[in-house]
Amino acid sequence: MFGKKRVAIVGAGVTLFRRNLKETGKELAYHAAKMALEQAGMELRDIQSVVMGTAPDAFDGVHMKGEYLADGAGAYHKPYTRVFVGGGTGVFAPLAGWWHVASGQFDTCLVVCEEKMSSCHPHPQYAFTTIFDPILERPIGMNLIWIFALEMNRYMHKHNIKKEDIALVSVKNKRNALDNPIAQLAANITVEDVLNSEIMAWPVQRLDVSPTSDGAAATVLVSEDVAKEVTDNPVWIDGVGWCIDSTHWTDRDLYYPDYVEYAARMAYKMAGIKNPPKEIDVAEPYDPFDYKELHHMEGLLLCKKGEAPKLTREGVTQRDGDLPTCPSGGLLGCGNPIAAAGMMKVCEIFWQLRGEAGKRQVPGDPRTGVAQAWGDLMQYGSVIVLRR
Amino acid sequence: MSEVAIVGVGCVGFRPITPELSYKELMFEAAVKAYEDAGGINPREDIDVFVTCAEDYLEGFSIFDEFVPDQLGAALRHLFTVSGDGMLGLATAYMLIKTGYFDTVVVEAHSKASDILTYMDIVQFGLDPIFNRPLGGHPYYIAGLEMNRYLHDTGTTEEQCAQVVVKNRKNAILNPYAAYGADITLDQVMHSERLFHPLKKLEISTPADGCIVMVLASEKVAEKLTDKPVWIKGVGWCTETPSLETRDWTRAVYTRLAAEMAYKEAKITNPWKDIDFAEIHDLFAYKELQHMEALKLCDYGEAGKLTEEGLTSLNGEFPINPSGGLLGMGYGLEASGLQKVLEVVLQLRGEAGARQVEDAEVGLAHTWRGIPTATGAVAVLSNVK
Repeated sequence: MFGKKRVAIVGAGVTLFRRNLKETGKELAYHAAKMALEQAGMELRDIQSVVMGTAPDAFDGVHMKGEYLADGAGAYHKPYTRVFVGGGTGVFAPLAGWWHVASGQFDTCLVVCEEKMSSCHPHPQYAFTTIFDPILERPIGMNLIWIFALEMNRYMHKHNIKKEDIALVSVKNKRNALDNPIAQLAANITVEDVLNSEIMAWPVQRLDVSPTSDGAAATVLVSEDVAKEVTDNPVWIDGVGWCIDSTHWTDRDLYYPDYVEYAARMAYKMAGIKNPPKEIDVAEPYDPFDYKELHHMEGLLLCKKGEAPKLTREGVTQRDGDLPTCPSGGLLGCGNPIAAAGMMKVCEIFWQLRGEAGKRQVPGDPRTGVAQAWGDLMQYGSVIVLRR
Repeated sequence: MSEVAIVGVGCVGFRPITPELSYKELMFEAAVKAYEDAGGINPREDIDVFVTCAEDYLEGFSIFDEFVPDQLGAALRHLFTVSGDGMLGLATAYMLIKTGYFDTVVVEAHSKASDILTYMDIVQFGLDPIFNRPLGGHPYYIAGLEMNRYLHDTGTTEEQCAQVVVKNRKNAILNPYAAYGADITLDQVMHSERLFHPLKKLEISTPADGCIVMVLASEKVAEKLTDKPVWIKGVGWCTETPSLETRDWTRAVYTRLAAEMAYKEAKITNPWKDIDFAEIHDLFAYKELQHMEALKLCDYGEAGKLTEEGLTSLNGEFPINPSGGLLGMGYGLEASGLQKVLEVVLQLRGEAGARQVEDAEVGLAHTWRGIPTATGAVAVLSNVK
């Protein structure tokens, strides 16, 4: 790496994902951080810096939510920063942890992602009504399901994709989630179940969508020297990438996420990956909706534009396929506590590369994995490449 | 490891209101100035990473990050938000360059305080929703309590706190970026309304609108872009605790820990001697004194005396807040850290005009995230590599 510092993940932890957990946000952050530290065999006093990832303050009704969560996340008396890129935050936060260590400023960084959506009444979706431009968009009374329906429609139209093929993603991920003890909506369902579920905003139906959830996830990042001391089995952060597109989502063609591609290219370049489909053994693209997994596989250059549905139909993305995708069960199966959901994907890749994913373990001794999240207003891509 | 320099700064404001400019226009204008100041760089090609510093509730949006890229020239580029003070953004940019993967990073922070109709309600929402918020009242009562405790424990007098206001607002007269320059007397401060006993009306910084954009660069690039790089010698930041009940009410521990981190890196052993001047967070007048002590510029309880004796005035031995501070410039919300850094940069370049501190080589910038936080950051800057 040309004299640049390498950063390893040495511990990860994820809490239960549920619609309404009794724990406060601070408690969720605490539990995830504690699990990650325990796996790393480290204690809070070994941690020199803390990064927080958490999505809109509107969920909790707490201004400066990062400050509020600081003690739960173990940041008491420590350098502490919250980063925030909407739904992309969960994969972005470990990137922030990466530069804390890669810069040489710190040997250790605890990265905690927390989301407590259930405190938002009557439904967390109401918080999302305030993410739109107050003059041009809010008066229309739009919500997220509505605009994702536009994007899904455009994607289907451009590549002539059938809803049946998209539904396969939901079937796969919810089934994968049966093996994940944290999962909120694991199920054995069929394509027909998806196609017969309630229509929310055509073509989006109830079973195309991940639920709202509470949960937290954390990882411990360390320098190469510390990694050698604490583990024989480090997982290296070899590539980081992020990219934001224009605020004006109405000005771009929604069929393809350029911003994800740009983020992926940044991460692949750093990791020296030239042929992603060949070199990546396991992937966790962001799947808050089933079509998004396909959209993001394409953005991550794991296949050609419009080809992801075919790979899905052929079973390539199953756990025992050539490119296992969302072996965790993804957001569709595990739930979607926004920042925590993205971080859960990073944790899953970490465990897969260490061979610690239990019943979810993908075969073939995977060496390289990628996790990605998507955020802001159909606008943000964050990508991390991990290697054993 | 590459050294890191600030190679361009741009500031719009600070002013009580800016009805003719939206927050996007404020950002655009400050960005254009900063890019020009950094040798006329093109953000579409020459900037590796953009960092913006903002909090949703102050902006009136959820996910404010969405609304940032275009006016900075950052669409389809590598931008993100730090939910914090601008100086945390500066620390982030510093780390990014130190990784060796990035040569140029832009940091932005702004305040459109005049758009906020219910600022105090927002601050109220920063309080713990179960233990503290139900107490009600204007949340600045926390500052009143803290000031009382600080005066009690240190023996600092109310007049010494009021002297900070006289000094800072006078300095601000000389600063074109300041909104609230004024020649006021100690008597006027002492007789202004006691809003949160013993904190008085004139001891509280008034919010102002403005935006600051800075361009940071690695050693290799910095010297190509500017003849006047300002080097970041050390940064530190710290969160003490969000809990009002368990924090230290007199010593600003968050500032002491942040300063220790920054001083260690910058090899500062005797801050009063090694540093020439400082920009210190003065949202409330007593905070300047409390922070001086936490920054180890003087002994505990000594700051009031030094201020009274004029040592921290513009022509004193160790000028503090030559910009006029937040009391004089106006409180730029999450931009307040960059207000501090901006003044240090201008002073170290010798561009501070009538308020220029002579022969300044090393300057200190300090910030605090305001009520109800116990989070602060410190940066040591120098015009000598």
